[in-house]
Amino acid sequence: MTTWPILSVVTFLPIVGALLIYLVRGDDEAAKRNARWIALWTTLITFAVSVILVLRFDPNQTDFQFVEKSNWLAAGISYHMGVDGISLPFVILTTALMPFCIMASWKSVTNRLREYMMAFLILETLMVGTFSALDLVLFYLFFEGGLIPMFLIIGVWGGPRRVYASFKFFLYTLLGSVLMLLAIMALYWNGGTTDIPALMHTAVPRSLQTWAWLAFFASFAVKMPMWPVHTWLPDAHVEAPTAGSVILAAIMLKMGGYGFLRFSLPMFPLASHDFAPLIFTLSAIAIIYTSLVALMQEDIKKLIAYSSVAHMGFVTMGIFAGTMQGVAGGVFQMISHGIVSGALFLCVGVVYDRIHTREIAAYGGLVNRMPIYAVVFMVFTMANVGLPGTSGFVGEFMTLLGTFKVSITTTFFATFGVILSAGYALWLYRKVVFGALTKPSLASIKDLTFREGLILFPLVALTILFGVYPKPILDMSAASVQQLVTNYNTAVTAVKAAALLQ
Amino acid sequence: MIENFGAQLWVVLPELLLALGAMALLMLGAFRGQGTTGIVTGLAVALLIVVGILVLRQPGGQAFGGSFIADSYARFLKILALIGSIATLIMSVEFLSAPDRRIFEYAILVLLSTLGMLVLISAGDLITLYLGLELMSLALYVVAASHRDNVKSTEAGLKYFVLGALSSGMLLYGASLIYGFTGTVNFAGIAAATKTGSVGIIFGLVFLFAGMCFKVSAVPFHMWTPDVYEGAPTPVTAFFASAPKVAALAVFARVALTAFPGITFQWQQIIVFVSIASMALGSFAAIGQTNIKRLMAYSSIGHMGFALVGLAAGTVEGAQGVLTYIAIYVAMTLGSFAVIMAIKRNGQSFEKISDFAGLSRTNPLLAFFFAMLLFSLAGVPPLAGFFAKWYVFVAAIKGGLFTLSVIGVLTSVVGAYYYLLIVKTMYFDEPLAMLDPVRIELRTVLAISGVFNILFFAYPGPLVSAAAAAAKSLF
Repeated sequence: MTTWPILSVVTFLPIVGALLIYLVRGDDEAAKRNARWIALWTTLITFAVSVILVLRFDPNQTDFQFVEKSNWLAAGISYHMGVDGISLPFVILTTALMPFCIMASWKSVTNRLREYMMAFLILETLMVGTFSALDLVLFYLFFEGGLIPMFLIIGVWGGPRRVYASFKFFLYTLLGSVLMLLAIMALYWNGGTTDIPALMHTAVPRSLQTWAWLAFFASFAVKMPMWPVHTWLPDAHVEAPTAGSVILAAIMLKMGGYGFLRFSLPMFPLASHDFAPLIFTLSAIAIIYTSLVALMQEDIKKLIAYSSVAHMGFVTMGIFAGTMQGVAGGVFQMISHGIVSGALFLCVGVVYDRIHTREIAAYGGLVNRMPIYAVVFMVFTMANVGLPGTSGFVGEFMTLLGTFKVSITTTFFATFGVILSAGYALWLYRKVVFGALTKPSLASIKDLTFREGLILFPLVALTILFGVYPKPILDMSAASVQQLVTNYNTAVTAVKAAALLQ
Repeated sequence: MIENFGAQLWVVLPELLLALGAMALLMLGAFRGQGTTGIVTGLAVALLIVVGILVLRQPGGQAFGGSFIADSYARFLKILALIGSIATLIMSVEFLSAPDRRIFEYAILVLLSTLGMLVLISAGDLITLYLGLELMSLALYVVAASHRDNVKSTEAGLKYFVLGALSSGMLLYGASLIYGFTGTVNFAGIAAATKTGSVGIIFGLVFLFAGMCFKVSAVPFHMWTPDVYEGAPTPVTAFFASAPKVAALAVFARVALTAFPGITFQWQQIIVFVSIASMALGSFAAIGQTNIKRLMAYSSIGHMGFALVGLAAGTVEGAQGVLTYIAIYVAMTLGSFAVIMAIKRNGQSFEKISDFAGLSRTNPLLAFFFAMLLFSLAGVPPLAGFFAKWYVFVAAIKGGLFTLSVIGVLTSVVGAYYYLLIVKTMYFDEPLAMLDPVRIELRTVLAISGVFNILFFAYPGPLVSAAAAAAKSLF
């Protein structure tokens, strides 16, 4: 169908942009302006190319599409790229959010701007690659490679405790991932290949399933992050520059959920089934505990970070329910959270750029001077709460629905999260936006500029659009999710039947 | 035997040429005096390149009744050792240009040491092994002390010599035990005689391995490494960290895999222990270091531990892993030392990690390459160091060494911490004064090593298939 390697182009185009920026010499204003525009145009063109993916994508096909394959490392380890209904939404999410990240850094970053833009573009390549790799080694390459630019982004352009946060981020994630690497090797010797589509049809012995599942879990649980290995996230979020937080929350966390969907469920269905109660417990704890922690935060970014952990709890719960609604809801919730949490961090960035603090107590009464901002922030707060009519509702509802069929207890506890999230989100909104504007530092604060509006309005539109009409995303992933769930249930039922016979 | 003596000389032609060339250069230097240092060094590099070409074009084969083996395994490692020697000689030019350090013997000693390495790599029996090892080591002891007005340098040389002599003694003792119990010194003969391990052979094996562990600086025979690395002049440290490691590891793997395949299970336990101990010590002990050369010493101990993971597997995949590992390790090490040598301000060298502060502002490209090398040493993809670790661990997993693998990857995370500390110093800290302009030879070595390191993932084929072919020739 396609005559040119469209997926590779989407993946590696940002690197080309990064090289172009490298060629921009000098440190004066003109060079900085060039670097900004090159970065913005690169991300926009990448997005435009990725739109072609959507247009040519056939949602009724369950196989991988836009497949590219060429020899690489050894027999069975090849350069294999492709997308299906589960990965395509994440690719689009990545390419769509990048221009916003670049624009969000337009004014706020002046120090070492070229390196900053290059780091982001390289990161984009690695993120898109993670979602479109169809070989485990290739996947690992992209997955882990993302640590390097993110480490530098947090460490060089971050807040006061940036060194601590960047080290914690790097080492935590690396620790989780190296175990996955060993599991990848074990799978390689088991199936003779690391090709993901081939491995999905390779039977994995029960004992290897258990160990490999745990190893993959170690990696994805840290990335997701699930309670109790979530502690790197609040630090990393708080210290990262605004765009870094957006990328972390909106895309990098999704790699964990994507990993569960791409590897754990299809390759280790039995282990997934065995460990589902563990996941349910951890998810329920994450939802309730981190929501309670969020209630106690004094830092806006930290509050949103904890709320992210809670929302990811819904995702893991839905995925491991193994039902159509649960998995589809998990995918939807991740996309929705990508938009909403990204937007919330951008909103924090807007006020942070003005008065350079993230203390909730330093704000209050912003509605008086920033009415447009107040509206925008409200939409995202409501989406974060999961108010019907916003995209947040659809995902939460579907995951709860999907889990209800499997575990009523989990659903019972998880639903508390909905109430608690309303608690912290509305509390935050009241403290920051409502009330009398008494603080002298806020007296002359200005409303959204044109650039900030340009960033936030499209996201508002998407949040409401997907809240009212979630069909585009659900349709895109439906066939792939259906196949995933069917295979999973077939494998589990077969083992149960065999156990009954004995 | 006698009639094809010429054919046998043909097999050892590269070594012969190197020996004769080194002697000719020695004459040149001896009769013309210290003023010839530059010329001798240049000719030495040229000689090594010619030897490298000969090694590549050599048909291969055995000589002197199997005492000397020129197979593709030897070819692969010889090329690596030669690259290490050439690169360090080139990087030494500045060190040798100072008025009080015009010592032409330096290049000669490097040549002789390299000759020892080539013999060692091709060793087919215990006598050749010992000959090569001693030739290599004796030259190294002197090179370590080549900065002879410096207390630290002479101390390093002496320490290396005393401990090295001890380890040679152990190795000899082990070799004699093995000879006593098998009746032969030839590796193939030993393999035939050791279908089952008697206590005597195991004893000999342990002593033999102890001597080898000393040469590759694996725990528990690593104690000399930090002191010698710190004390020796930096170009010499770069040499120690690259070429001799290749040769020692080469012979280690060859002895283990070709002389003792019958008792793999027995020696596997030793290697597993040594490997775990090296990886752990290399990771944990490096954390507190403030001197970059000491840190590189602990780092190299750790890396030898990782390379031995492949050997522990005792399979052809494992051997391939070792070869890939050592090749990538040499590339990373040479690049790293090029950076360390480039840290000069007003003609003065600096060796503290804190001297790297803010390097990303003053010398962005240098800092970028070094950061990538450090991430690579930590084994973070998509850099070359990741693939090195991939090949050794993939072999270990196939061999069922799960505990070793898990401990190995966990220590690599600990190791990542101290590499990150250097990246942090370069990128997050406030800059110090500008560096002196970086010399062209250092820039060349760094550029080659850095580009190889970053772009290895795009075209891994040649190295991987060469390593696979080399590993096959052992089995």
